Amino acid sequence: MALAFDEYGRPFIILKEQDQKTRLRGIEAQKANISAGKAVARILRTSLGPKGMDKILQSPDGDVTITNDGATILEQMDVDNQIAKLMVELSRSQDYEIGDGTTGVVVMAGALLEQAERLLERGIHPIRIAEGYELASRIAVEHLEHISQKFDFGTEDIEPLVQTCMTTLSSKIVNRCKRHLAEISVKAVLSVADLERKDVNLDMIKVEGKVGGKLEDTELIYGITVDKDMSHPQMPKQIEDAKIAILTCPFEPPKPKTKHKVDIDTVEKFQTLRLQEQKYFDDMVQKCKDVGATLVICQWGFDDEANHLLMHRNLPAVRWVGGVELELIAIATGGRIVPRFQELTPEKLGRAGLVRERSFGTTKDKMLYIEHCANSRAVTIFIRGGNKMMIEETKRSIHDALCVARNLIRNNSIVYGGGSTEISCSIAVEAASDKYPGVEQYAIRAFADALDSIPMALAENSGLQPIETLSAVKSQQIKENNPHYGIDCNDVGTNDMRQQDVFETLIGKQQQILLATQVVKMILKIDDVISPSHY
Amino acid sequence: MAIEKIFKDDASEEKGERARMASFVGAIAITDLVKTTLGPKGMDKILQSTGRGHGITVTNDGATILKSLHIDNPAAKVLIDISKVQDDEVGDGTTSVVVLAGELLREAEKLVAAKIHPMTIISGYRMAAECARNALLQRVVDNKENAEKFKSDLMKIAMTTLSSKILSQDKQHFAQLTVDAVMRLKGSTNLEAIQIIKKPGGSLKDSFLDEGFILDKKIGLGQPKRIENAKILVANTAMDTDKVKIYGARVRVDSMSKVAEIEGAEKEKMREKVQKIIAHGINCFVNRQLIYNFPEELFADAGILAIEHADFDGIERLALVTGGEIASTFDNPESVKLGHCKLIEEIMIGEDKLIHFSGVEMGQACTIVLRGASHHVLDEAERSLHDALCVLSQTVNDTRVLLGGGWPEMVMAKEVDELARKTPGKKSHAIEAFSRALVAIPTIISDNAGLDSADLVAQLRAAHHEGCNAGIDVITGSVGDMAELGISESFKVKQAVLLSATEAAEMILRVDEIITCAPRQREDRM
Repeated sequence: MALAFDEYGRPFIILKEQDQKTRLRGIEAQKANISAGKAVARILRTSLGPKGMDKILQSPDGDVTITNDGATILEQMDVDNQIAKLMVELSRSQDYEIGDGTTGVVVMAGALLEQAERLLERGIHPIRIAEGYELASRIAVEHLEHISQKFDFGTEDIEPLVQTCMTTLSSKIVNRCKRHLAEISVKAVLSVADLERKDVNLDMIKVEGKVGGKLEDTELIYGITVDKDMSHPQMPKQIEDAKIAILTCPFEPPKPKTKHKVDIDTVEKFQTLRLQEQKYFDDMVQKCKDVGATLVICQWGFDDEANHLLMHRNLPAVRWVGGVELELIAIATGGRIVPRFQELTPEKLGRAGLVRERSFGTTKDKMLYIEHCANSRAVTIFIRGGNKMMIEETKRSIHDALCVARNLIRNNSIVYGGGSTEISCSIAVEAASDKYPGVEQYAIRAFADALDSIPMALAENSGLQPIETLSAVKSQQIKENNPHYGIDCNDVGTNDMRQQDVFETLIGKQQQILLATQVVKMILKIDDVISPSHY
Repeated sequence: MAIEKIFKDDASEEKGERARMASFVGAIAITDLVKTTLGPKGMDKILQSTGRGHGITVTNDGATILKSLHIDNPAAKVLIDISKVQDDEVGDGTTSVVVLAGELLREAEKLVAAKIHPMTIISGYRMAAECARNALLQRVVDNKENAEKFKSDLMKIAMTTLSSKILSQDKQHFAQLTVDAVMRLKGSTNLEAIQIIKKPGGSLKDSFLDEGFILDKKIGLGQPKRIENAKILVANTAMDTDKVKIYGARVRVDSMSKVAEIEGAEKEKMREKVQKIIAHGINCFVNRQLIYNFPEELFADAGILAIEHADFDGIERLALVTGGEIASTFDNPESVKLGHCKLIEEIMIGEDKLIHFSGVEMGQACTIVLRGASHHVLDEAERSLHDALCVLSQTVNDTRVLLGGGWPEMVMAKEVDELARKTPGKKSHAIEAFSRALVAIPTIISDNAGLDSADLVAQLRAAHHEGCNAGIDVITGSVGDMAELGISESFKVKQAVLLSATEAAEMILRVDEIITCAPRQREDRM
């Protein structure tokens, strides 16, 4: 194939060293790609919904991660197949954009691929399928808009937000205390949110974890925690109304960047040098003291002598604080990061109502809490839990919940969860399909079938009869013309999702459908895969 | 067209039943490994390290055993992790937590085989754990108000903890030691203030608690061996050559005489420094870093006891004990806080000379000197003491106390059983299984003691039907009254065991797929 002939009948090579490459073409390539995409989706399918299962992932170094977050699973999987990598990307972009629904998007894409395979077998051209999907996704997204509801919340009335976060958390291992965590997430988001501009900077929320204690001990701290302790064991452990100097210069004599040498050749020089050195230390501490700082936070270490001088002058200090934390502290306390002692002025100091050191358990673990900051917009969620994997998973779950809360602040439209929106969209797409003449009609109908697969997976994971349940809910939706019926995963007794308070964000759902369609279109358009077979 | 390979070459994937099987097998294997160390008649393990010298550790501390294992099974890693956390958080119960989690999984395996969905099992376990915790809460004894009784509680807890360790022969002695040490802390959990010094020789019985502070160092030559009413300066400063810290400075000379001059200046600088230190009006100087011969000589001349190279912990403790501050500059003697103690003297323990600071200001700190036949014995004794100290210090903060000897497990099992009867649906099977897993702990304790567990546990169950203080008395091999026997445990430890074991079991149960990445290729460094 890779050998062609020019007009004189001489052969020339298009693909170099073609023997060493494997090559798939045409329908073969599409089928191979589809099966790879399906395989990835199948892995995630069982993680969907409140009764979804977790996966253990063992990294190359033997570390264990236990999670049911789609994005995390895919990221940590050692994927080699090109199409599988596309699916990984898909879930990652959902994670970046929305933060939640990373499993759903992959399952959706898998279902679309599965339907596409059937259409291919009937001889429909892949591009036509792709176009049909495109049309269908547009219908679905419009329909979503149509069935969505606005809901109002204020800083006082956070209940709706909490409910939505609880829906997200209920599929994670932390669902034991989802109420508690949801409240924490919502409060954290609200305290950093800019309700005027409808914007939330999630960087202001730091999620920290420490093993030990119980999940219920997880708390929201209106301030910053730093995993450091005071530089000198005898410095005070608690400072009220602290004025904080945030320094990025070491408490050491300056080191000019240009190469130089100070030659000592006489006794006098030796002595002056010594005096100068002492003066350096003295000056540094004095400067901090002069501007009225009561706490020094430094990015670098300091010399024993400086340490003692600080202690001596009753100026507590923290050393080796990382750059990111330093920035957060600066934001929270309203201080400026000062790179040189000379530039230290009283205005550049940060303020915090209370700085205290807290120790944990029987080991020497200590953490520094900086609370009641001048700018209370930065908060920390401090997670406790039985073991390391638990903490990591809780962090991921909290991240999802935070993202959901943020999305709601950006756009307060919601749709109902539990598969109800997918069913409703499926009905709408199915109904619309008949209006389209031509081959696309089939593709649109296939899209509707693919939408059904999400509630189907939900029902399956919850131990219900998938087909039976789905058809019952579907007929109920059509009969009563009410898009709020979904799958009753938790065996509550009603499948009206409005009564169960299961919400999802509108933009999250829309994004899911759009992203999944896009990737499937991309995969369908590939008709030639060339890969080196051996290294 | 066959399904393509999605993963990299060596990566593997296990699904559904097989994944669950792999985690059950791994977790149960770990449980069986540490199971035999549980209880007062538990056996020890020898651990041989693969490092150079093949060092040996003999222990029956669950956390220590598990920490040293190289494990590949992910579920087993979860169990090791909870044991480690238990160690960090409360210090004791490291074996129990693993055994309980393992038993929970063993029961879950049976339920899964009986076609009950893992999620149903989890929700049953959750209900059961909550119920068990409430059962414990109802039966706790809190003697916070009564200092006398509380002390005897502590004593009992210490004895119970120590009885499963190598120190069990002298548990009375050691329990007294640990209780005294912890009582001195006055509620703080800072165990750093309790120093443990290990000296081979003598027998375990010769170990003692010292009220002062013992520093494992020698006194410099020609300096006083005994100082009364000592004023101590604790320092962290260079006493060898005081380097010039200005970057890029170096000495460059062009003749021999200059070298001598500079050397003289250096010496002068050191002398000045020593003078400044002496000007503090001290008679004892302890430095973290080396003290060279020259300054040492100067100190000796001034009649000051100079101790060099005290390690970091030693310095910090010494500062804590004597109430001084750790100094690094010596320009303002009037504002440096000096440490005080009544008497410094050199004492002999076995063949080693140590420096003993007695009559210290702060009563918090103390030293426990351990004596024993060999290093292995001492190491294990230290671990046991550490466990006891941790538990006691936690108990001082959370004064709720339970009985021991399998009593709490039986109490919980009874309540959980009752809950199972009241709960409709498949969950009740899981709740029942939870209670079976709880009963497994007294069963293992009696099995390890070589007793007829089936008979004993049945008797216990019958006794608990009435609601009494019955537990297993391993010494006589029968059911006994735990309150009379004085076997107690801390509520905090039991609660941590219960909660983290359930959490871990839940976590492993939720898994239905294991994806293992290709192991990172390492170069052979043999």
